[in-house]
Amino acid sequence: MSTFLEAVVRGLGTGSVYALLALGFVIIYKATSVISFAQPALMLSGAVVTSYLVPAMGVLLFTGFSFFFSVAIAAIITAALALLIERLAIRPMVGKAVFVVAIITLGIDIAVRVVVNGFIGLGARPIGFPWGLDRVTVLGLDVQIRHLVMMGTVALVITALYFFFQRSKYGLAMRAAALDQEAAMTMGVSVGGVFALSWAIAGGLAAIAGSLLATGAGVDRQLWIVALVALPAIILGGLDSLEGAVIGGLLIGVAEALVGTYQRQYAPWLGDNVALVAPYALMLAVLLVRPYGIFGTAEVRRV
Amino acid sequence: MLSARNLEVVYDDVVLALRGVSLEVPDGRIVALLGANGAGKTSLLRALTGLLDVHEGEITKGSVSLDGEDLRRTPPEAVVRKGVRQVLEGRRVFVELSIEENLKVGAHTARASMAENLERVYSLFPVLSDRRSLTAGYLSGGEQQMLAMGRAMMSNPRYLLLDEPSLGLAPLMVEAIRDVIVEINSTGTGVLLVEQNASMALSIAHHGYVMETGRVVLDKPAAELLADDDVREFYLGLHPGEDGSGRKSFRDAKHYRRKKRWSA
Ligand SMILES: Nc1ncnc2c1ncn2[C@@H]1O[C@H](COP(=O)(O)OP(=O)(O)OP(=O)(O)O)[C@@H](O)[C@H]1O
Ligand SMILES: [Mg+2]
Repeated sequence: MSTFLEAVVRGLGTGSVYALLALGFVIIYKATSVISFAQPALMLSGAVVTSYLVPAMGVLLFTGFSFFFSVAIAAIITAALALLIERLAIRPMVGKAVFVVAIITLGIDIAVRVVVNGFIGLGARPIGFPWGLDRVTVLGLDVQIRHLVMMGTVALVITALYFFFQRSKYGLAMRAAALDQEAAMTMGVSVGGVFALSWAIAGGLAAIAGSLLATGAGVDRQLWIVALVALPAIILGGLDSLEGAVIGGLLIGVAEALVGTYQRQYAPWLGDNVALVAPYALMLAVLLVRPYGIFGTAEVRRV
Repeated sequence: MLSARNLEVVYDDVVLALRGVSLEVPDGRIVALLGANGAGKTSLLRALTGLLDVHEGEITKGSVSLDGEDLRRTPPEAVVRKGVRQVLEGRRVFVELSIEENLKVGAHTARASMAENLERVYSLFPVLSDRRSLTAGYLSGGEQQMLAMGRAMMSNPRYLLLDEPSLGLAPLMVEAIRDVIVEINSTGTGVLLVEQNASMALSIAHHGYVMETGRVVLDKPAAELLADDDVREFYLGLHPGEDGSGRKSFRDAKHYRRKKRWSA
């Protein structure tokens, strides 16, 4: 039983990071109708910035402070980078076919990663997470501190996002623009501003996600691949649903952890990498039952 | 004063929607803009509020201005800040947001005075006040129209441009909308009222314009338009003679010609 629960905790930890990445995709999608494939590069950039900031800051206040503080600054820097990308490369493409813009984001992703790779080097850069792979016992379960940190940080970020979208002027404007752009314009909402804001938020979320993921093995050039797991997560949850992104991310994290834990025991003939396929298998299974994802709306395309 | 001068509007580089339209909305007045489907009423509103871009349309000649200041290059959000607000044809409320959230989005450019504007709008539309947290998509057509208008009033605009507010509404609701327009106007907001329902619009307007295939064909005080035979025939559904005026036969030929022109 405790093996099972420990796997679930691990899954919820990484799953909550997937949820952040998925949220970024969905927020950009809702604002601009484009799936941005630049998310992996933004995630990698954020992790790299954190890996440079933590040692530069040294030990501040209490254990972990310089890590969390660095993540926050990395999120802001990455948000600024995302803003820049949106303004220079995406905004001029407004009105072009969605598919074309998506391919452009793919190009941006590759370009940004080439640059960022130069700051990583060949091996893995330590991210400066103070607890490394340390474990603690919580309620009789043996879990890694980093998985608890992931859950806590993500819970905090999602709460902040919730209040932003429910209460703040710009959050409300973004929801309105997602429903009807022209009507939002007649309210005085700048749709260009909404596009920019969606990119900035997604960039910030990706940076936090990347930094949290790198708490285990550090930042290496392959880290970006993890961001792709957010794709089955958003399809699972429903492309246009923020709740769906969170649930989808968590489900995929847990599925991956459970498959990783039990598959070798019960189905060793499947080989070693089944856990990597689990997210996609789960996505397929859900789509067979609910074609628009768990929370997605049938008419994702509005006129 | 909000005005358009010799305005020419083209969509997709080829479709000529307005062919030299001039119109003025003085402060604090109600101006009615009548015309059949496709006459160009909505296009004129879009030209005034900067929304042509969204529809691949552009102003190719003439000007739109507010107090003499050119609005041609002003983006829609800046037009709103200058106090000119349009209520789109078909209401277009944010269906998944609550009534109050819709109104708050309406206050996007006037957050500082949001609380007092909320109260004002709720007293103007008591139906909305009773159900503040209801999802807007569940409102009836008439209630959605009220929400759309209330939302536009959330920045206390100087000019309100209404695109067919009575569209698809039952007579009682049309009356309610008309009363609200009068009330909004009585506090100093100038109104440009685009309507197919000419009797409603002309009953409250000070001045009226009639458009036909991209041109203004009549431009008169509302009372004179109400008495105009063509307007009576084509917009009020009254035929000369029916109304006891008895001057029918000798004008038939002329009417036929105009009718052809008007329905082209
Ligand atoms: N987005 C567009 N692209 C191309 N042509 C358009 C567009 N919008 C309007 N038009 C054309 O411009 C002309 C005027 O249309 P407009 O919508 O302004 O008329 P309207 O008077 O508002 O009509 P209605 O009473 O039906 O709302 C029509 O011929 C219409 O086909
Ligand atoms: Mg129209």
